[in-house]
Amino acid sequence: MSSIAEFFQHLVNGLTLGGIYALIALGYTMVYGILKFINFAHGDILMVGAYLGLFIFNFLRGNSAMGAWWFAAFIIAMLASMCICALLGMTIEKLAYKPLRKATRLAPLLSAIGVSFMLSNGAAWAWGTQSRKLDYPFDNTPINILGISIAPHQILILAVATIMMVILTLFVSKSRMGKAMRATSLDQSTAKLMGINSDQIISLTFGIGSALAACGGMLIALDIKVYATMGTMVGLKAFVAAVVGGIGNIGGAMLGGLMLGLLETFGIALLGIPTSYKDAIAFAVLIIVLLVKPEGIMGKVEREKV
Amino acid sequence: MLNFFLLIVIYAGIYALMALGQNMITGYVGILSLCQAGFFAVGSYVTAILTVNFGWSFWATVPVAILLSAFLGVLIGLPTLRLKGDYLAIATLGFAEILRTVINNWDSLTNGPNGISRIPKAVIFGYTIKSKYAYIALIWVFVFIVWALFERIAKSRMGRALEAVREDEIAASSMGINVTKYKVWAFALGAAAAGLAGCLQALYIGSVMPGTYVFMVSIMALCMVVLGGMGNFAAVILGAFIIQFISYFPQMVGLSNIIPAQARQILFGLILVLMMIYRPQGILGRSKRKYKTTTGKEASK
Amino acid sequence: MSSLLETKSLTRAFGGVVAVNSVDFNVEKGLITGLIGPNGAGKTTLFNNITGLDVPSSGKVYYEGKDITGYPAHKICRLGIARTFQNIRLFKDLSVIDNVMIGLHFKNGKGSRLGLAIKSFIGLKGEQTVMYKRAMKWLDFFGMSHLADEPAGSLPYGYQRELEIARALATEPKLLFLDEPAAGMNPQETESLMETIRRIRDLGVTVVLIEHDMKLVMNICDNITVLNYGQKIAQGSASDIQKDPNVIEAYLGKDDEDDDDDDFDEDRE
Repeated sequence: MSSIAEFFQHLVNGLTLGGIYALIALGYTMVYGILKFINFAHGDILMVGAYLGLFIFNFLRGNSAMGAWWFAAFIIAMLASMCICALLGMTIEKLAYKPLRKATRLAPLLSAIGVSFMLSNGAAWAWGTQSRKLDYPFDNTPINILGISIAPHQILILAVATIMMVILTLFVSKSRMGKAMRATSLDQSTAKLMGINSDQIISLTFGIGSALAACGGMLIALDIKVYATMGTMVGLKAFVAAVVGGIGNIGGAMLGGLMLGLLETFGIALLGIPTSYKDAIAFAVLIIVLLVKPEGIMGKVEREKV
Repeated sequence: MLNFFLLIVIYAGIYALMALGQNMITGYVGILSLCQAGFFAVGSYVTAILTVNFGWSFWATVPVAILLSAFLGVLIGLPTLRLKGDYLAIATLGFAEILRTVINNWDSLTNGPNGISRIPKAVIFGYTIKSKYAYIALIWVFVFIVWALFERIAKSRMGRALEAVREDEIAASSMGINVTKYKVWAFALGAAAAGLAGCLQALYIGSVMPGTYVFMVSIMALCMVVLGGMGNFAAVILGAFIIQFISYFPQMVGLSNIIPAQARQILFGLILVLMMIYRPQGILGRSKRKYKTTTGKEASK
Repeated sequence: MSSLLETKSLTRAFGGVVAVNSVDFNVEKGLITGLIGPNGAGKTTLFNNITGLDVPSSGKVYYEGKDITGYPAHKICRLGIARTFQNIRLFKDLSVIDNVMIGLHFKNGKGSRLGLAIKSFIGLKGEQTVMYKRAMKWLDFFGMSHLADEPAGSLPYGYQRELEIARALATEPKLLFLDEPAAGMNPQETESLMETIRRIRDLGVTVVLIEHDMKLVMNICDNITVLNYGQKIAQGSASDIQKDPNVIEAYLGKDDEDDDDDDFDEDRE
């Protein structure tokens, strides 16, 4: 294998991973943009989404042989899981965060940690502690394109991630609700005066973020595996991606996600970082970014008014 | 039954040390650190490695563990303390995870996932600490020392400065308070207390394994502070008892087969959420500074 | 003429917006200096750059002839420069007396830092009594010693403003910066504030204040500097300023702005 082909091979792997991080990072960044609050339970919503998708998919495909129906079942399972998780995210917001809007900064964060803990342990209780994996909805023999071998599931992940990000970008920039969302994140009180129902917008933001997380969870189920405590590590990494891109910035979250995916892949492949330390790469990146450019690549500097 | 009661007192003591440290960081300076499990692990491994591999006595490992934890606290604190609350929480959680990864993989020193066992018992004046009662005495002596020390610090000008930093960093720095210095100090003290807890844990169990020092440990320490009352050391110790009681309740009443292990963890999560919504100040609330000189006349005016 | 504090072509730019543009501002010892200008003129930014909460893009700050540009806020405070804030920044959950005692934080005599820390740790009670008495003295100065044990956040607005000044005075400054001390006060409260500021001057403290209340400024300030769009447009006594055509055009010519509390955020980018 030539070194150029090898490079592109890692590029594809990195982008696949990065696409997933980006989807999840979007949820962190959107919520932060509006509430200036990090939804600690976001990673666990992703986990719930992955489980739900997995169950729905297994139920739908039944005993039928692999074929077009399997693929349709996958898509239906993904959309259904996204809808349920959107509701879950909105419910969590209403019950655990909304009563704390006027409390100290620490309060919603502690509450979110509580929710996260409840979700991950609830999942371990209900669904056991062993990890599961989603069966591929198609024949997954790698395809060879110009010397780079790409597994069909990677193509699916890249396609889904791209479609979701395009839809989100269009929604935020073109639709009425999207514009209201951006207005609320710029200045909540002014947006309120302009007749925007900020409670509704916050709820919507949690819904969209959670749906994207569920989608990301489903893609992880396809690529890696599903287990009850997966949310912590994946969530942390997606958070790092959001910070690298500039938290609060939607484009930044996408960029940060892709960058982190590439860094992890190339870090192991080219720099020879042992695989067991893979998870540490993200945190090293986080610390460096926070020290050098805390506002992230695309974020804006926030100054406290004195 | 008595056995469970003794266990609760032992673990309440070990966790109370961690929670006292958490209270210094979270209750007084208002920093949400999620790293106590990491320092707890450092303390445990220092004791385990020095006693088993190098033949040190338990007592000699205690100051090393405390200093190393405090040093790591400063090392972690310096870059992260500049961050705002939520970022800091995640960064510290990240550090705890890195520490655990390192412990899990540094086979030559930590023996990896298998951990280190056969940690020798502590001997004091020819008496070997073996029974549960002896452990209770040992652990609670340390708890009371740390409690008294922290209480004193909190009442002194340093405590007042820490609270000023919590309330308003900008105003505090304009009052001549070196905000970073105090934050790092609080972080180091909190880490040191967790390191000490780690020593005692390693001694009591007799072995260390990476699986013990998970995120849940940090959450328990945090729950104790939130439940008892942030900024109140006595309340934190009360919180430690309550949380440990909840932990052992299913076993105590013989229901551990019916109630799964996750149930209590779900309950801890629920405690955090409900306390924040209904009683953010905790059961006892923040302790108020009282001055002897403030007597009747002025107060009643 | 002895300048206690001087800025030399101090400039602070936020991206493309130059909030303070090459300002030479000087404060003479023992006088009350006023800093006025329309909203967004850069007054608070200038304060922040002098007191270490912000770092100038260029230019220098000299205090007692010493270059203190870019010093952190706590160091500047220890040199004898204290301040209050436009939007009151008390330690709201702490008691009134604790707020003032924090002002006394670094007033613990001379000697090695560690030695002092240990002394404070062992001799807690004795030290506390001393600090308490000193703090009480400042509360007495404002006639609010009966409120010592109340949480600072529960005080009425006027008291909160005064407590902030008391806290700043507890650091025993040579130079005190007040950022809109009369904002939100009624005429009687403003009247008593003027008296208070004079009493502070009589203690030997040099006072600099930002204020929109022209009556207060013209009444008590010995020296007034006017900023507009980040630039110094005039400096002089009250009567000079009132006659200055630049000032009239920029500021006094407009409608009465006394009760204009709706300040724009000067730091917003």
